[in-house]
Amino acid sequence: MSTHDLTVPVAAPSAPWRQRLGTMVPILVLAPSLAASFVYVFVFTLWTLYLSLSSSSLMPTYGFVGLDNYASLWANRRWNIAYTNLFLFSGFYIVGSMAIGLLLAILIDQRVRGEAVWRTIFLYPLAVSFIVTGTVWSWLYNPVDGIQAFVRGLGWTDFSFALTANRNTAIYAVIITGIWQSSGFAMALFLAGLRSVDPDLIKAAQIDGATVSRTYRKVILPTIAPIFLAVAVIQIQFAIKTFDLVAALTRGGPGVSTTFPAIYVYDLMFQRGQIGEGAAAAMMMLAALAVVLVPYSLWIVWRRRAEGRNG
Amino acid sequence: MSALMIRDLHKSYGGLEILAGINLEARTGEFVALVGPSGCGKSTLLAMIAGLETVTSGEIWIGDRLVNSVQPKDRDIAMVFQSYALYPTMTVRQNITFGMESRGVPKAEQAEAVKRVAALLQIEQLLNRKPGQLSGGQRQRVAMGRALVRDPKLFLFDEPLSNLDAKLRVDMRTEIKKLHHRVGKTTVYVTHDQVEAMTLASRIAVMNQGSVQQFDTPKRIYDRPTNMFVAGFMGSPAMNFIPARLTGSTSISVRAADGSDATLALAAPLPTGAPKDVVLGVRPEHIYRFTADLKSRKPAVQPLQAPVELVEPTGAETLAVLRLGDLEITGRFEPDDAPVMGETITLGIDMSRACLFDPATRALL
Repeated sequence: MSTHDLTVPVAAPSAPWRQRLGTMVPILVLAPSLAASFVYVFVFTLWTLYLSLSSSSLMPTYGFVGLDNYASLWANRRWNIAYTNLFLFSGFYIVGSMAIGLLLAILIDQRVRGEAVWRTIFLYPLAVSFIVTGTVWSWLYNPVDGIQAFVRGLGWTDFSFALTANRNTAIYAVIITGIWQSSGFAMALFLAGLRSVDPDLIKAAQIDGATVSRTYRKVILPTIAPIFLAVAVIQIQFAIKTFDLVAALTRGGPGVSTTFPAIYVYDLMFQRGQIGEGAAAAMMMLAALAVVLVPYSLWIVWRRRAEGRNG
Repeated sequence: MSALMIRDLHKSYGGLEILAGINLEARTGEFVALVGPSGCGKSTLLAMIAGLETVTSGEIWIGDRLVNSVQPKDRDIAMVFQSYALYPTMTVRQNITFGMESRGVPKAEQAEAVKRVAALLQIEQLLNRKPGQLSGGQRQRVAMGRALVRDPKLFLFDEPLSNLDAKLRVDMRTEIKKLHHRVGKTTVYVTHDQVEAMTLASRIAVMNQGSVQQFDTPKRIYDRPTNMFVAGFMGSPAMNFIPARLTGSTSISVRAADGSDATLALAAPLPTGAPKDVVLGVRPEHIYRFTADLKSRKPAVQPLQAPVELVEPTGAETLAVLRLGDLEITGRFEPDDAPVMGETITLGIDMSRACLFDPATRALL
């Protein structure tokens, strides 16, 4: 730049201009996505919060009604089922897919033959969309031409497998399908974690006389603890926005037994024209997420402080 | 009694031979260093002693037990790794007690052992910290503590100092030596650093390409290397190799800088059957400035003219690069008496310390 200044005298003021451009470019490049994130996340969240306190029905209106929408929401049995389902599903789905994913990862980590093939097989469900998964599994669960019909065809004529036909068990059909879909994903992350562990650690544990299971419990798994957290956080947001899987698998039924908050919000807002109450339900979903993530971030801050004190 | 005995040990991966017939033994309390360039098989050998690698053929005895198929935990060994391999999520105390806990040692005994080792290594104040909060030297101590607490028959060290900076490495080297004197455990120590091997070991096994080139005391290895590989690997700057011709049973001639031949008398006659062409090996510190006084003190010194090409003062000593035929050799001089660049110096070569090698077999004559 300085040689340029020497040869072209008028270019002298161009140096600060260029410098300013240099510092502006990153901001200019980031601005659109920052603005979009700000509008979609914060502005729309606040707008939804406001709508949830308004008397909006088919179209947004701004008559303030306080917490009426929340009261009528919680008075509704279907919403209570949906909210319970959300916690039931999230708990089983996250714990189940992490447990199965971890087990698969540990088994594959034993240097099995044809590792790439196994990895691909277990990872494939993730490549299938929730709609396809839901549809295929709805056929499998269907008593008339699914697994039950197949096993009965083999000769076990009193075999019964009709999870989706019963309002008490249908939610478990959704949970099983969700676990099937995402345990391969958990496996891939866990496997990457297991492979990143210093092999000397395992040798040291071997010399220390630790059994294989003790080596995993005390040495390897604690080392990859951050991966557990990453998997859990990704699964939680999958779980909370569950919509298409249920829509394709059970359509919220039988009855209202597998209704999920996301489905309920969609119904209220776009089918029944109750935007105010729909917004209230959406805020409750946000609250469910906050219940998990706020303590988590507080814990992170606390731990960092604690480590700072010890260090 | 020997604490470790290795007989004709082989290791191969597929068709690739890593170790080709290793014979080695360590007497009780001895400090044996395995030294060699990277890829010579020294770490594989150590892993096989530890039981972390399988034996292709041959025997490993620890004490009076053949351990070829014994699990690492039952071999009565302890190992310090290059990366320290401290369990990152455990405190120093937990790191040290992990092995005892795995073997079901009572709590009170564990606490006693931790106290003893922590005092020995002066790590008492670190016991409740995690490895991530320790400096390199402290981690090194903890790794040694974890090994010491076992009170094993055999200590194995796998390049334990190579992750430390130069100054700390020298300090820790001294500490390891002191520690060995205090606890007196049989130790096998792998390193690629010949200075570490020389300073620490009671015997050194110099390895190259999967076999032991020489297994002897540091002094014998330094003074009488069995071949040109050992001679060149041990010592820094390396030994000078000068092609020479036999001119009689007790004299050789080398090509001087001006192209003429200079005759050097040998300190001892060569064995009969030595080849006509030989390689003269001279360590830099056995090259002096020739004086009458030197000759009277060291009668075996032979004079040789050489121009000085380059001088490298290091403070404690001055290295000079000297021209000899189309060869450059290095001499080590006292800084006060060092040659200057461009000078032609009359060197005194101490032939009583020189080695002669067969250029065909590269073996010592």
